[in-house]
Amino acid sequence: AAMELPSSHYSATRAAALAAGYVCYRRGSPGRGLALRAVRRASRQDIDDVGHKYHLELVLEDVLDKDSTVNCTAEVLYHLGNKNIAPAVQFTIEGELKNTDEADNIFYSRIKSLEKELVAENIPDSHGSVSPEMEPIRLLAQVASGYVIWQNSTENTKFQLAQIKHVKQVKRSDDCLEFDYMILLHEMVSQDIIPWQMTVLWHPQHGVQVTQDSCQPKHALE
Amino acid sequence: HQVLRIKTRNEEEVQKLQLLESLEHLELDFWINPSTPALPVDVRIPANSVQAVKAFLESHGIEYSILIEDLQVVLDKEKQDMAYSQQRDRSSNSFNYGTYHSLDSIYAELDHLASEYSNIVSKLQIGESYEKRPLYVLKFSTGGSNRPAIWIDAGIHSREWVTQASAIWIAKKIASNYGKDPSLTSLLNKMDVFLLTVSNPDGYVFTHTTNRMWRKTRSKNQGSRCVGVDPNRNWDAGFGGPGASNNPCSDSYRGPSANSEVEVKSVVNFIKNHGNIRAFLTLHSYSQLLMYPYGYKCTEPADYAELDALGRAAASSIQSLYGTTFTVGSICTTIYQASGGSIDWSYDYGIKYSFAFELRDTGRYGFLLPASQIIPTAEETWLGLKKIMEHVRDNPY
Repeated sequence: AAMELPSSHYSATRAAALAAGYVCYRRGSPGRGLALRAVRRASRQDIDDVGHKYHLELVLEDVLDKDSTVNCTAEVLYHLGNKNIAPAVQFTIEGELKNTDEADNIFYSRIKSLEKELVAENIPDSHGSVSPEMEPIRLLAQVASGYVIWQNSTENTKFQLAQIKHVKQVKRSDDCLEFDYMILLHEMVSQDIIPWQMTVLWHPQHGVQVTQDSCQPKHALE
Repeated sequence: HQVLRIKTRNEEEVQKLQLLESLEHLELDFWINPSTPALPVDVRIPANSVQAVKAFLESHGIEYSILIEDLQVVLDKEKQDMAYSQQRDRSSNSFNYGTYHSLDSIYAELDHLASEYSNIVSKLQIGESYEKRPLYVLKFSTGGSNRPAIWIDAGIHSREWVTQASAIWIAKKIASNYGKDPSLTSLLNKMDVFLLTVSNPDGYVFTHTTNRMWRKTRSKNQGSRCVGVDPNRNWDAGFGGPGASNNPCSDSYRGPSANSEVEVKSVVNFIKNHGNIRAFLTLHSYSQLLMYPYGYKCTEPADYAELDALGRAAASSIQSLYGTTFTVGSICTTIYQASGGSIDWSYDYGIKYSFAFELRDTGRYGFLLPASQIIPTAEETWLGLKKIMEHVRDNPY
């Protein structure tokens, strides 16, 4: 039996954040980030011996162009019992997303033509500044963190990318770009800041891949 | 120096540019190198070579446009802008409300406001932090004796920088608009306002010196190497219940007992001693929420209908300025069950109009909100606060 939820209720907004993170991971690139703008409708179904399934109607916005939004329907299934399985997420986006080939290619060429591997830290900085050259690096982290968030979410968590502490480009012999990120995730239910390492692969035609990721000890910060 | 953007149409033109690239005496600095006809080529050209390069491009029919006419002008302006804003920061007459400040800088501005607007603003010390920093409250009053008053605080969680920044802007707004804004003037003619701009100064300093993401106080926890208590789980409201941790290493650690944190106890003492506080408003970030009790339990407060309606009216005022949407609801249904929260305590103490704001944004920057958004955030928040304050003024209880 499906139960309608107020769109402002925390169970709806947590599932929505997870779904948006997953969509960002699957559809994002250094030239495109998608974020949750609003929850239009939400309902939940408790399925015996399986888990809780949320049906969501969301509005997503293009992070680089706030006026550009799309509607998205998503289903999030949190599995009962085994918390080591990531929630199952399915989604459909209404309409088309803006083509970002040009921006992606410019970024790709720029990084490929660097003499020394890119290294940067604290993006954004304490005052919220992100230099224009670092914007695609930030977006790439946003997209990749969508994967980490998806893999680690439960009904009792709500993750957000808080900051990139450190990023280092890793030289590759093939065409892909590889970055080793140390990010900070903000978990909004416990309010904890969790350092997380992730290795991210990207190529304009191949999307974003997280090949390795691991939670770091909290006092790695202090 | 000029920066040109060159649009190549085919491989042949790309090769011609690569030839140009090889001419070292031109000292060309390619910001985007010639590689494929699909991409533009951006190149910085020293003054001496500009004529030669343009002649080369024109003679081969290669299209180009001027991205930057004179690079020096751009660089000079940038240097000027930086020097100007640095100077504004240091000048005692013009505090830059559109940037984040150190604790010392905020405290200096509190003194400046109390002196410039001494007819209505005074500074009180309500206590000291764990590390012995003063807790300063600005009192806005046009006289009377123990008038009904509104309490506003910010920065109880130190990493929420837009709240301390908004609070000091709001202080300036209240001080400078008395006598000009009819609604504010009538409000201050009947009621006082108390504003605690930095509720957790130890934490705030720590976010500047060591860890930008620090939330709690800086008190030592017996038997643990972890420092600090979540000051918004430390109030005497359902203390010890669900939604607060008993682990000192957690960012929502409730502390050994209610009011164990001097930062919390000082506010409680002030409110109790004053005896006539009619509204308790607290600023947090981020998420864009406007919440009323309860957090420690999920049952509705007795004044649910009035608080919900007032919250919606305030959210509507906030939205009217820049379109920023705030979600309204009780803490328990909107974010989580959380015990030991300040507005639960104030409400159960008898202060009916108890609200908690979570300011911009919804996660894109989170705690690291760009300084350029400070003033817009403060402006819209002020409209929401004013809506609530007007209702309090017009509905004495």
